[in-house]
Amino acid sequence: MTTMIRHHLSDQLLMGYSAGTLPEAFNLVVATHISMCDECRARLASFDAVGGALIEAPEMAGTMGSGALAATLARIKSADESTPVMPERKAAKPVLPQPLQGYVGGDVDKVAWRNVGGGVRQAVLPTSSHASARLLFIPAGAAVPDHGHRGTELTLVLQGAFSDEEDRFGPGDIEIADEDLHHQPVAEAGADCICLAATDAPLKFRGLLPRLAQPFLQI
Amino acid sequence: MFDALQPSDTARQMRGVAATFAASNGRHANGQGQRRVKRDNGGKWVALLDSVAKRRDADAFAELFDHFAPRVKAFLMKSGADAALAEECAQDVMVTVWRKAPQFDATRASVATWIFTIARNRRIDMLRRDRRPEPEELTWGPEAEPDQLDSIVLQQESARLVAAMAELPEKQRIMIERAYFGELSHSEIAEQTGLPLGTIKSRIRLALERLRHSLS
Repeated sequence: MTTMIRHHLSDQLLMGYSAGTLPEAFNLVVATHISMCDECRARLASFDAVGGALIEAPEMAGTMGSGALAATLARIKSADESTPVMPERKAAKPVLPQPLQGYVGGDVDKVAWRNVGGGVRQAVLPTSSHASARLLFIPAGAAVPDHGHRGTELTLVLQGAFSDEEDRFGPGDIEIADEDLHHQPVAEAGADCICLAATDAPLKFRGLLPRLAQPFLQI
Repeated sequence: MFDALQPSDTARQMRGVAATFAASNGRHANGQGQRRVKRDNGGKWVALLDSVAKRRDADAFAELFDHFAPRVKAFLMKSGADAALAEECAQDVMVTVWRKAPQFDATRASVATWIFTIARNRRIDMLRRDRRPEPEELTWGPEAEPDQLDSIVLQQESARLVAAMAELPEKQRIMIERAYFGELSHSEIAEQTGLPLGTIKSRIRLALERLRHSLS
């Protein structure tokens, strides 16, 4: 299933995720994509290796306070040795990968959708205010209002597919859009499209109606 | 230059030596004329961590602690913690190393890399930074084991990355340090880093394929 993915994370996003400096909404998109994409999982591991190499650099050598090892061993002894719980593997393949399920409280049947017009539904996810994340439900053949971006918008396909001025995006594909891209995603006929979208600045809508509705839609 | 060492050559050579980490490690690193890896201790750390995981070996842990705890502390201080907080959090990180030792997978990370990820997560909590959800776990079940050759090669590649980073132009190295010490926002991170990550990525990709195969 992971071999079908054609649109991957950028090095920039992977390094930011590895360094731990992305806004929460972007972290969620990266974690969800990696759950679906072994290529980017391996790329992330190579960026983590950069962090490991920094830890190993000669200038990082030093000393701990006296008694630090004894104190640490004492803490290890006093803590209960509960064995880590391995995640269960479910038989049926969920639509929402695990990191997302943590935000939704379950799979796609648990999403609290709100209609935003034209059959399109969305659910804003609770993240820090540095960027916003939402799930989008686009009925087969329907379009999202055309919009541009002030910052970066990440759109990850979880189910179905959409096309825009750039390309076609299927399950696991991520579109990374910045100020230069003004697009109108249209869901492919045949299957409803579910996406995870995150943006670090409000979107710019062309039409008057979506613009008026924007404060209420929180996008 | 860095990618010139063919993993397949490495693999062929490795089949000839006893596949114990501690023994094979130094010998092999010296055998590579191309780039002398000054301190290729990767295999030693893997063996020690394995001993912590399987035998709850306090002596092995002490050796890991002496090497890594000060480095974690330095990492946290460079990320903005004062000495006392960094010292306390470095201890937290080492407690986690003890607890999570059984989850370490030497085909996907060096011990330094694995400890870096724990230290990074501790730093996010420590500085109250944005939450960072983890990807779905992908772990070896009890029925299959990771390939030991995969881990040996990955440990060597990780050691080579340390050497390669020391040779990066200073400007690039500083940019990378600033990114990892948390001084750059993601939009300030350059897309081109000059980092030779292709080989490590390909090795891990192979290990993941084997893991997927064992799961199916």
